[in-house]
Amino acid sequence: MALLEVEDLSVTFARRGQRAVHAVDGVSFSVDAGEVVGLVGESGCGKSVTSLAIMGLLPKQPGLRVGGKAVFDGTDLLQLDDRSRRDIRGRDIAMIFQDPLSSLNPVIPIGLQVTEVLTRHRGMKGETAAKEAAALLDRVGIPDPKRRLKEYPHQLSGGMRQRALIAMAVACQPRLLIADEPTTALDVTIQAQILELLKELVRDSGTALLMITHDLGVVAGMCDTVNVLYGGRVVETARRRPLFRQPRHPYTVGLLGSVPRLDAGRGEKLNPIPGSVRDLLPWPEGCAFAPRCARRTDECVGEPPELVHAHDGRSYRCVNPEPVPGLVPAPREEESA
Amino acid sequence: MSENDILVEVRDLKVHFPIKRGVLFDRVVGQVKAVDGVDLSIARGKTYGLVGESGCGKSTLGRALLQLTPPTAGEVSFDGVELTTLPSGKLRSMRRRMQMIFQDPMSSLDPRQNVESILTEGLQTHGIGTDRTDRRRIIGETLDAVGLPRWALSRYPHEFSGGQRQRIGIARALVLGPELIVADEPVSALDVSIQAQVVNLLDELQDNLGLTYLVIAHDLAVVRHISDTVGVMYLGALVEEAPSDRLYTEPLHPYTRALMSAVPVPDPDVEDRRERILLAGDLPSPANPPSGCRFHTRCPWAQPTRCADERPVLREIGSSRVACHFAEQIASGELRPHQVSAQIVRPEDEGDAPGVVSAPTEPGSYV
Repeated sequence: MALLEVEDLSVTFARRGQRAVHAVDGVSFSVDAGEVVGLVGESGCGKSVTSLAIMGLLPKQPGLRVGGKAVFDGTDLLQLDDRSRRDIRGRDIAMIFQDPLSSLNPVIPIGLQVTEVLTRHRGMKGETAAKEAAALLDRVGIPDPKRRLKEYPHQLSGGMRQRALIAMAVACQPRLLIADEPTTALDVTIQAQILELLKELVRDSGTALLMITHDLGVVAGMCDTVNVLYGGRVVETARRRPLFRQPRHPYTVGLLGSVPRLDAGRGEKLNPIPGSVRDLLPWPEGCAFAPRCARRTDECVGEPPELVHAHDGRSYRCVNPEPVPGLVPAPREEESA
Repeated sequence: MSENDILVEVRDLKVHFPIKRGVLFDRVVGQVKAVDGVDLSIARGKTYGLVGESGCGKSTLGRALLQLTPPTAGEVSFDGVELTTLPSGKLRSMRRRMQMIFQDPMSSLDPRQNVESILTEGLQTHGIGTDRTDRRRIIGETLDAVGLPRWALSRYPHEFSGGQRQRIGIARALVLGPELIVADEPVSALDVSIQAQVVNLLDELQDNLGLTYLVIAHDLAVVRHISDTVGVMYLGALVEEAPSDRLYTEPLHPYTRALMSAVPVPDPDVEDRRERILLAGDLPSPANPPSGCRFHTRCPWAQPTRCADERPVLREIGSSRVACHFAEQIASGELRPHQVSAQIVRPEDEGDAPGVVSAPTEPGSYV
């Protein structure tokens, strides 16, 4: 059974006098224990809101409606009261955010912020907690951890801050780690360090990782299963290799065609998706991607496309998917160094 | 390449910013050497890409080239005219020929000006077009070139999506008919699918108008895609410059190798097979750069001799230029990489003591 089973999750923001915004519109996916699952999409596709809804971190405001289920190890997270949710959060499920500076408290030393988790969930105190905190910082590759504990977030570099956040997240050996664009704010060499660290942690501790990102390169290197989101719904789910080798949904094809590859030759034209994410058809009126889609047919408008489950365990939400001997060229074997 | 093919020539360009300290009397306590001795030349009609991580000085170099930030030392010649000594009036009229595209189109476009006014402003300043109808014709042609509809003229920047805003930014630069366009992170604020549209647009414009680009970006894949020549910067200096194909197949400088290996490729087969060169630690502070080769503190190939005390100069190896003492030995595999332990780099490190001078709560810091 899956560790986390998200079923038909929907998040709606309504404001008086305005049309309700369906940020997440029936998202379903699952994360198995020890698995790395990716949620990929462009801005506004609902990937971050999905993770916040699972964690119960959406601001409580009138007009917010969260529907569906997010079952973690037998309990529906969406039905929990705040107290029991706080018990799970940080202990069983932990989260890493994009911007480490704004997720750390600027006026509290790093050490206190790390030990807080240990005190809250593992009942550690004083010296023991400090020792464990230093061990955690050491584990995530922060040099001279004892001294770092007394320092404030502004005294650390961006990469070190992200490491500190990861240390806090893995302090209780959570079974699920949610990483929301963990490397987007970092430079590429630092990004490589952080991704390597995350991979190591997942491998050593058997933690499942839900990776939310817009970067297909990061997904290609990290994730076992990939969910591609568009307009608040999952449009394609597949294992990593089949997805990149043979994307079925035209949006996935378009995304892959849009990314300049480091290993591609100079002068190869990119194949962008026309239009922008604003050209969205509401799902009840058909396929949200139809206005930008190159494979659009008359069937695409009117009825929302059903999720099609293909024989190889992948699924896509499209009535006219890319044919199997794909238009996408096979991976360039000889050019990869 | 003959001499008159070069449009821009930069010689030993330096941009240093003073670090000031003190409440009432500012006292210069150090220098941030944002750009510290860069030589490069850009051929007419070609694209020069500048990559590097944040803080390496690539944006400052672009701005100094256009004289938007006055260089501390060095020469910049544009089509044979020396810009650093040019009187400001003449410089202003030269600006018509060299324009800039910024990263964030929302903050580089005036929210209270409509598109027509944004585009007309430059035309009026430089006295292009005889009358209003003539200017409208020029603007109309520019809009067509960047793929914006005519009705855009009466709209304001906030009414457009990110990709369209960037097109307005490009149109603003293009309307003056420049020869050189400096694009500072032109696509990094955009979504992947929009990014590709803008990259293709820049390509098309170059083909149609014979523009020369200096593209500054942190995304190596994007830069390689659009550039003929790529320069890699590290802490204010070029460490390698090579034709863009060669940079990928034969990176010579250890930093370029590490950078290349760190860029994720959207292909699981490549990702699983490639070898990562992980750099230890962070970029050192440009206020207090390491001695000798600036990369030696993080370099997996650093040698006990020369690296720490002799600053390497760019030298030609084949069609590349590289600033590494041991480039040949590394390329041939004679030198093997070794483990490097991370050194702590402080964000506010400003030379002497790791003080708290730049803390925003310090009174007087906002004087």
